[in-house]
Amino acid sequence: MAAACESLGRQVNIMEVCGTHTVSIFRNGIRSVLPPNLKLLSGPGCPVCVTDQGYIDTVLQLADREDCLIATYGDMIRVPGNDRSLETKQAKPNVKVVLSSEDALQLARDHPDKTVIFVAVGFETTAPATAVVVKEAAAESVDNFCILSGHKLVVPAMRALLSSKNNNIDAFLCPGHVSVIIGYGAFSEITRDFRRPCVVAGFEAVQIIEGLCEICRQLSTGEPALKSMYPAVVTEKGNIAAQKMIDECFEPVDGDWRGLGTIEKSTLKLREEYDRFDAFKRFHIRQSPSKERHGCRCGDVLCGLIDPPECKLFGQICTPREPVGPCMVSSEGACAAWFKYGQEKIRT
Amino acid sequence: MCLAVPARIVELEGDRAVVDALGNRWKAKTTLLPEVKLGDLVLIHAGFAISLVDEEEAKKTWQLIAEISEFDDTPNKLSG
Amino acid sequence: MTKKTKNDKILLAHGGGGQLTDDLIRRHILPSFDNEILTEMGDSARLDLTSGSLCLTTDSYVVKPLFFRGGDIGKLAVCGTVNDLAVAGSRPVALTLSLIIEDGFKMELLDRILSSIAKTARQSHVDIVAGDTKTVEAGAADKIFINTAGIGARLPGVDLGFRQIAVGDRIIVNGSIGDHGMTIISQREDIAFQTQLESDCAALAALTCQLLENVDGIRFMRDPTRGGVAATLNEISMSTGLSIKIRENDLPIKPAVQAAADMLGFDVLTIANEGKFIVVVSPESVGECLKICRNDPLGQEVQIIGEVVETRDVPLVEMETRIGGRRIVQMPYGRELPRIC
Repeated sequence: MAAACESLGRQVNIMEVCGTHTVSIFRNGIRSVLPPNLKLLSGPGCPVCVTDQGYIDTVLQLADREDCLIATYGDMIRVPGNDRSLETKQAKPNVKVVLSSEDALQLARDHPDKTVIFVAVGFETTAPATAVVVKEAAAESVDNFCILSGHKLVVPAMRALLSSKNNNIDAFLCPGHVSVIIGYGAFSEITRDFRRPCVVAGFEAVQIIEGLCEICRQLSTGEPALKSMYPAVVTEKGNIAAQKMIDECFEPVDGDWRGLGTIEKSTLKLREEYDRFDAFKRFHIRQSPSKERHGCRCGDVLCGLIDPPECKLFGQICTPREPVGPCMVSSEGACAAWFKYGQEKIRT
Repeated sequence: MCLAVPARIVELEGDRAVVDALGNRWKAKTTLLPEVKLGDLVLIHAGFAISLVDEEEAKKTWQLIAEISEFDDTPNKLSG
Repeated sequence: MTKKTKNDKILLAHGGGGQLTDDLIRRHILPSFDNEILTEMGDSARLDLTSGSLCLTTDSYVVKPLFFRGGDIGKLAVCGTVNDLAVAGSRPVALTLSLIIEDGFKMELLDRILSSIAKTARQSHVDIVAGDTKTVEAGAADKIFINTAGIGARLPGVDLGFRQIAVGDRIIVNGSIGDHGMTIISQREDIAFQTQLESDCAALAALTCQLLENVDGIRFMRDPTRGGVAATLNEISMSTGLSIKIRENDLPIKPAVQAAADMLGFDVLTIANEGKFIVVVSPESVGECLKICRNDPLGQEVQIIGEVVETRDVPLVEMETRIGGRRIVQMPYGRELPRIC
């Protein structure tokens, strides 16, 4: 890898688009073993961190209702809306952390007197799990169950990043488990349309490094390609049953990504036939356009165009305690890491 | 949203399963893997099995898988 | 053994200071703790201590579930406070025991807890010398809360503290980490899973006293409870201004603990321990320290996990990862939440 990078004679920017990759890279200290001219960019891969403030505020409002129970994955608890997070609400018994969408559905069965709202976030890896329970709810007529869909799609986000002018992204380390569902073939349009290497990698340290090596090799030979280095679970076509499940229940619509604005056909919305399980419909929630905090430059940080301190909000208005964009929300995001440890520590 | 862990199916009834990862047993649904059987190694994410795991490939990379293979009936044995 | 009261549940009146209180004390509490000081039922315990210097500590215990594999809230209430005294460099002598019990709490459960407290206290050679029992309305407390305060006699010549720690000192833990926290988590209603994991809850005083009496170069000790090893190491780093380097390969972690943490997205370094201590020891004394630990049932899996190093610009705890990388071990937030991301 070092040899390949050296031969390129310039800085190489590789973006990973999976929150779990971000965490694994951090936990294994991978940045510290990379060649100096290889920069790893943490992309908008944490679906929780890119959930816009409007969505979170909606969840908070619903949590205030006595007749509702909120079921959420643990990840969402500390993400802030426009000024608060679910964490303060967790003191109330009506916010429950669940490990699975099935737990949320069971909550609805156990509490027929309340409306259970499942905070459905995650990429394509997690969307099938939501689809399964929506169908189960329909089949069993569990009418007090509904979901607030915040599911997002990876490939549209990658396209959006590459379409923005001056992006510095040389290649993508593609998410292993999203690929399990959508198949690595789904990334072929990125390689085809944008001529960037796309390599799917697993989450163990060794797998990530192997993935990065393959990217460097491709960059040094000038032949960008699509490749999966995670044959244990990833196939070209993916999990067809899961894809069908998503397709039956959801359709892609334009959606707001925190710090990035609106991305075309990047969010999943429940199809009309499942309207009664759609919390947005049930509670007449209008998705107001995201109130982008003026000055948030997460998009530029994510693309590797600027370092966190170059964003005017950094450290002043945007801090780990009161984060604006996903780069600060995620504890391993570029801005959060920079804030805590300063420039030198970014190497780790 | 990519956090997924390999585990073996030790109980299976319809699409309700119990999976085992080094002595810890979790409930999981196999709705997304209709072809799955008892004894299969699967990838579990948010309470669902999302993929079969190719054991040979897995052994090359997953440290814990390697330990699962050597694992005998002493769940409290220390590693390393 | 005095006959147990006919009441099978705690009533508010048990805390009223009258007949039922007397009943509770004489029939349930006193019989569990057989010592002269307590039986005297004075307003305060009078202790005669030969040591001129004492350690005093207190802790409250609110763990749920009350009973878990490897222990219960009673055992924890004794071990936790005994361990705080032990790692401060003292020999635990006596504990107080305060109970706050919810109206409706089953007497049978109280008896079990008291019995566990008594047994653990005996095994740790401490007496329960004073106590208090209050009852509150249903809903005003979650079943039972326990507080124990403890006194220990400082071991002569032992002076532990942050200021003793120096660059080059080694960091040692007496055994596997994460056991207690993961066991409790496995029995939490919302994320229960079946497992053979057991809490490591244990009183460490005998081992720590042995170490302190026989090993010269012990600088500092702490028990990594809430926040796990990560919290303790960060506390040391922040208080001394020095940095710490540990090695992932050297961390003693049971495979089942790691597997459970992986499934939930937890970092084992941040998970609570109740039968472990971190000891910072001079390089010359490491051998002796390891030897004594290995000879004790609570120290057989002792491990050197790292050392104290110079600070570059900010005091940090860094870990050398399995692949030879470096990463920072952060101070845990204080609440570990399961992730899917």
